[in-house]
Amino acid sequence: MTEADVVAELRDGMTIGIGGWGSRRKPMSLVREILRSGLRDLTVVSYGGPDVGLLCRAGKVSKVVTAFVSLDSIPLEPHYRAARQNGSIEAVELDEGMFLLGLQAAAWRVPFLPTRAGLGSDILRLMPEIKTVISPYDDGEELVAAPALSMDAALIHMNRADAAGNGQFLGEDLFMDDLFARAADRTYMSCEKIVATEELLSGATFHTLRISRLMTDGVVERPGGAHFTECAPDHQRDEDFQRRYAATAGSDEAWEEFRSEYLDVSEDEYQQRVRGAGGD
Amino acid sequence: MTEVTRAEVCVTAIAECFRGDGEILCNPIGNTPLVGGRLARSSFEPDLVITDGFYMLIADTPPVGETAERVIEAYNPYRSMFDILWHGKRHVMMGATQLDRYGNQNIGCIGDWRRPKAQLLGFRGAPGNTINHTTSYWVPKHTPKVFVESVDLVCGIGYDRARELGPIASRFHEIRRVVSNLGVFDFETEDNRMRLRSVHPGVTVGDVVEATGFELVVPEHVPESRLPDDAELRLIREVIDPNGLREAEVTG
Repeated sequence: MTEADVVAELRDGMTIGIGGWGSRRKPMSLVREILRSGLRDLTVVSYGGPDVGLLCRAGKVSKVVTAFVSLDSIPLEPHYRAARQNGSIEAVELDEGMFLLGLQAAAWRVPFLPTRAGLGSDILRLMPEIKTVISPYDDGEELVAAPALSMDAALIHMNRADAAGNGQFLGEDLFMDDLFARAADRTYMSCEKIVATEELLSGATFHTLRISRLMTDGVVERPGGAHFTECAPDHQRDEDFQRRYAATAGSDEAWEEFRSEYLDVSEDEYQQRVRGAGGD
Repeated sequence: MTEVTRAEVCVTAIAECFRGDGEILCNPIGNTPLVGGRLARSSFEPDLVITDGFYMLIADTPPVGETAERVIEAYNPYRSMFDILWHGKRHVMMGATQLDRYGNQNIGCIGDWRRPKAQLLGFRGAPGNTINHTTSYWVPKHTPKVFVESVDLVCGIGYDRARELGPIASRFHEIRRVVSNLGVFDFETEDNRMRLRSVHPGVTVGDVVEATGFELVVPEHVPESRLPDDAELRLIREVIDPNGLREAEVTG
């Protein structure tokens, strides 16, 4: 598939999950394709990074479900901050572990999973949709019922994949991408490179094969597809580019300039321009 | 050796937070806390388990800020971190934008959460950490804007919230210490209000009270925070933080 094929499957108002963590291994070429599209009114579910910031700034999002939105080396995502502070989005902000259980619940097709995380915190006071449950056993303990974070579609990015939709991560952490893949009705995976199935293990152990074709519905090959987020070992985070991106929250002019140079162009053109700009 | 700096007193006080913890994950967040945690492990609390700041548990003590050279003893991707913290063998030291007298912590936003004046980190892992295992806090700049009468958003829960939950739900809750650039604080009072445990050398009780936006419990006699001994100082300066990252974070 191409990025455009994937985005053609999405609709206004959908709930879209995005894999990765902060500014790490995000399916950015798919995010950029959404930015180029007419899609709007999306609910985004993400351990957020620039994916969330870009979609908020471009007006694609009506609701964000997250545990944080961070650029890692820049702790606060400036466009998400702006969206929260000007009230342009609705937010559901969960505990990181509660969010994990929400993904797991959706992946296992149960309505919630119980946890202690969240008890006593303002999550329960401010988000009345998050409820508690009483253990039916003798202990009778009250626990948070972390609600299933079900999605219409999930987008993930892997280092390698085969054409059938098996994915491989070569970095140090899969993050929760397998849970995103199962929590969604349909999952689209971009990757740095598509290889033949028998080549997947030519330079890695089988432990890296955590995304099976049971979990995916389409594969997009896009070298640099995670740019400017980290995608080790294929490429590190492009810190210079990330700083430029973050600075675009400073003024409308800066954003418009960034947008016309990097977002209102095709993905091929984007990749050429960021390589020309010294991005790796 | 040259004179002990305030940052080194803070590092030592942070290390003391982990005394007696034994074989648990010592998980301080931020450079100065990392130096303190590694000091505890390298000296009086050798069974502590530490991370490389990312996805590995490490057996050696590389300089803070450098991760290339390390002895990996276990793989701990983020999902496994939740297994550890829900299992309970973890003591985290987090930062705090705001803290109140019962140890409620805010890192999420300033103002009304529904439409914040300033969006900050969000809840991150604070609710789950504080209800599941021991937590301490590190505040590099002690002011009345941090130590507040009431926090704008309860991310990490304090003793009053834990008490409201009852003894069963709160049985794993412990806010052990708060270390700031001025002193050390605990909650070892009858109603778990924050108590001044020690002042750092060169700081008066009055300095601390003035920099605190709520009424602290101040014992009649407040000791001085201890200095690192020569062996600890050598560890801090030569092994754990040869790049001096601690000095960049702590002001007077």
